Amino acid sequence: MSDTVAARSGTLARLGASLIGLVFNLAERPMALAQRVLGPRRLPWVFLTPNLVVFGIFTFLPIAIDVYYSLTGGAQLLPADRPFVGAQNFRELFECESYLDPTSCRRDLFWFGIYNTAEFVVLQVGLMVVFSLMTALVLNRKILGRGFFRAVFFYPVLLSPVVVALIWKWILQRQGLLNAALDGAGLSTVNWLLDAHWAFGWTVFVSIWAHMGFYTLILLAGLQAIPRDVYEAAEMDSAGPWRVFRRITLPLLGPNLAVVVVLALIRAVQIFDEVYVLTGGGPGSATTFMVQYIFQTAFTQQVRQYGLAAAASLLLAGVLFGLTLLQLRAMRSKDR
Amino acid sequence: MKRTHGIRALLAGIALVALGTGANAATEIRIACYSDGNECEATQALLPKFEKDHPDIKVVVDKQAYKAILESLPVQLAAGQGPDIARTTDFGIISQYFLDLRPLLKDAAYWDANYGPTLDWLRADPSDKGIYGLPTQITVSAPFVNKTLFEQAKVEMPGPKASWGDWVKATRAVAKATNVPFAMAWDRSGHRFSGPAISAGAKYFAADGTPAVVDDAFKAMAKSFVGWNQDGTMPKEVWGGQGGGGYRDAFEEFANGQIVLYLSGSWNIARMEKQIGTGFDWVAVANPCGPAACSGMPGGAEFVAFKTSKHPKEVAEFLDFMASEPIYAEWMSMTRNIPANAALQKKGIDYKLSPAGSAAMNVFVQQGALLSPVAYRLQGYRYKQVIFNPIADRLGQAVAGQITVDQALDRISADIKDQLATVAKK
Repeated sequence: MSDTVAARSGTLARLGASLIGLVFNLAERPMALAQRVLGPRRLPWVFLTPNLVVFGIFTFLPIAIDVYYSLTGGAQLLPADRPFVGAQNFRELFECESYLDPTSCRRDLFWFGIYNTAEFVVLQVGLMVVFSLMTALVLNRKILGRGFFRAVFFYPVLLSPVVVALIWKWILQRQGLLNAALDGAGLSTVNWLLDAHWAFGWTVFVSIWAHMGFYTLILLAGLQAIPRDVYEAAEMDSAGPWRVFRRITLPLLGPNLAVVVVLALIRAVQIFDEVYVLTGGGPGSATTFMVQYIFQTAFTQQVRQYGLAAAASLLLAGVLFGLTLLQLRAMRSKDR
Repeated sequence: MKRTHGIRALLAGIALVALGTGANAATEIRIACYSDGNECEATQALLPKFEKDHPDIKVVVDKQAYKAILESLPVQLAAGQGPDIARTTDFGIISQYFLDLRPLLKDAAYWDANYGPTLDWLRADPSDKGIYGLPTQITVSAPFVNKTLFEQAKVEMPGPKASWGDWVKATRAVAKATNVPFAMAWDRSGHRFSGPAISAGAKYFAADGTPAVVDDAFKAMAKSFVGWNQDGTMPKEVWGGQGGGGYRDAFEEFANGQIVLYLSGSWNIARMEKQIGTGFDWVAVANPCGPAACSGMPGGAEFVAFKTSKHPKEVAEFLDFMASEPIYAEWMSMTRNIPANAALQKKGIDYKLSPAGSAAMNVFVQQGALLSPVAYRLQGYRYKQVIFNPIADRLGQAVAGQITVDQALDRISADIKDQLATVAKK
C-alpha cells in the first residue's frame, strides 16, 4: 500500500517538474531575445514595468490628483470645473490667532483633529508598545496554556474594526454592559462615551485591545530569535532578571521594537474606522481625528470642500511619509 | 426520427433563449431609495401594477441608508454613475443634475395643479418652471408624548397653546414622578431645532434673501436648548454624543420609555405603530408656542430624476404612474404619510391606522396648517443643509461642553458663510 502511494507521489513529482521545465523552456527563447535586444541593463525594466504601472495608477496618480485638488476651490467634483486658488486652502488651514488654541483658528475642527491625533498617537503608541512587550515576555515563558493565550491575544486582530467598535459600543453606552455590571454591583454608573476624557481614554484602550496581538506577535518572534546561550551565560554570571532584561533582552530586541514603534505610529496617525463607529468623533469633537476631519470635509457636508480636504490630506501624507522613512531606517538597522 | 426531435429541441431552445433575451432587453430604471418607515417597500409593492402596463420597463428599487444617499449620491452623480431616480431630501448641490420632466410628462398641468407648492422646492428660483421630481410625502415636525407616563405621574398634559417652557416644566415633573431618566429629546438635526427657533421668532433670512441665521430669537432658543441638555432635561448623548453635522434620532430612547416628550415628525407614525404598538399610549401634540409662532418645520423627501439617466422617457412614465391619484393614494395609505397631492389632501386618505396612529395623523395634518411662513421659506431654500448641518455640529459641541453657546453661534454663522462662499466659487 505504502509502495503504491510512494510510486504515485514520485510520478506526480516528475510530472510537476516536467511542467515547470516546459514553462521555462517556453520562456527561455523570448527572454534570450529580450536580453539580446535590450541588453542586461535594460532587461530588469521588462519585469518592473507591470508593477510600476499598477503602482503609478493606484499610488502616484491619486497623489497627483490630490495635489491638484488641494490647489483648487469650489464644490465641483470634476477637476475641469474647479477654479485654481493656489495655496489658499493651505493658508485657510493655518489661519490661527494662536496655534495653541484650536478655537482661535479659522478651521478649528482641523486643529482639534491635529491635537486629538497627536495626543492619541503619544498615548496609544506608548501604551501599545509597553503592553505588547509585557505580553510577549509573558507568552515567551513556559506557562500553562501558552498556545491558548497566544491565540486569545491575537484573536482581536482578526476582527473587522467595525465589529470591534460595535462590540465596545455595546459595552460602553449609557445602558451598556459595563454600566449594567456597575449598577448590579451597587456602584454608580458613568456615561463613558459622553465625557470627553473618558471617551478619549476608551478610544485609546479599544485601539490597543484591537491591535496589540499583532505587535505582540512581532516581539514574540524577536524574543524567540535571541540565542539561548546568551541567557545561559548571564545565568552563570548570576545576573538578576531585571539586569538580564535591561542588558540582554531589550538591546537584542531593539530592532523589533523599532519596527513595532514605527508601524504603531503609522497606524495611530491613520486612526479612523474604529473611532468613527464607536464615538462618531464625539462628544463634540473630542475624538475627531485628522482622517475623520478630512472625510467630513470632503464627503459629509452638503457643500463638499474637496480642496480643503485634499490640502489636509497632503499634510497628513507628509507626516506619514516621514514615519515611513523612519520605518525603512528601522528595518535596515534590524537587518544589520 | 431521433434526429428530427433533436433539431426541434434545438430550435425550441433557441426560441427560449431569444425570448429570454427579449425579456432582458426591457429598459431598466434604477431608484436609489431610503425609507423613513416603509417608503421603499411600498414603492416596490406598487411595481407589479406599473410593470403590467409597461412590460418593456423594469424598475429596480435599491434600498440604501439615508446617510448613504446624502453622502454618496453627489459623488456618483458627478462621476456620471448615478441612478435614474433617487429619493432624497437634499435638493441643493445635486440640483445641477436634475432632469426637467415637464416636456416628458403625459399631463404636466396635472402635476402643476396637484403638486405645485412642493415642486417649487426643487426649483432654482421663481422664474424656473421645471418639474424635477415627485414629492413622496409631506412631513411636519411636532412632538410625540408618552401619555402613559403623564397618567402614571398624574400630571396634566399642557394644552395646544402651551409654550416650550410649559412643556419643560410638565415633562420634568413627569420624569421625576415616574423615575424616567429624561424629560425631553429632540432629534439631532438642524431641521428639528429650527421649528422651536422659528416659534421663538428666528427669521433665518435677511431682507435681501441671504441667510442670516443667528439673531436674538435664535440665540435665545440655542441657549435654552443647550441649558436643557446641561441640566439633564435632555439626554446629552443625542446631540453631544457624536461629532460633525450628522443626524441622530432619539426614537429608540422614546420607544424604550426613557423619554417623556420626543420632538420628531409625522414620518415616524408608522414606526411608532410598529415598534411601540401597545407598549404604552403615545400621542402626537401640537407644536409648543413661542413669542412668534407655534410652528414646526415642513419637510419631505422627493423622487428626483437625473439628467444622467439614459432612459428619461421611461423615468417620466414611471413618475407619471406614481403621481396618478389612485396610485399616489394607495402609496400614501401604505406609507402612512401626508400626501403632497392637493386633491388627495382635500379628499383624505384611508390610512388603515390604529386609533393612536389616526389621532396622531390628524394632529400632524392640523399642524401643517399652522406652520410659519419662515419655516416654509427655510425648507424651500436650496442650500438648507448648509444651514442645518452647522446647527447640529456646533450646538452639539456646545452640548458636549467643548465650546460655549456664544462660540457655537459665531461658528454657525462662519460655517454657513464659508460654505456658501465655496458654492459661489465657479
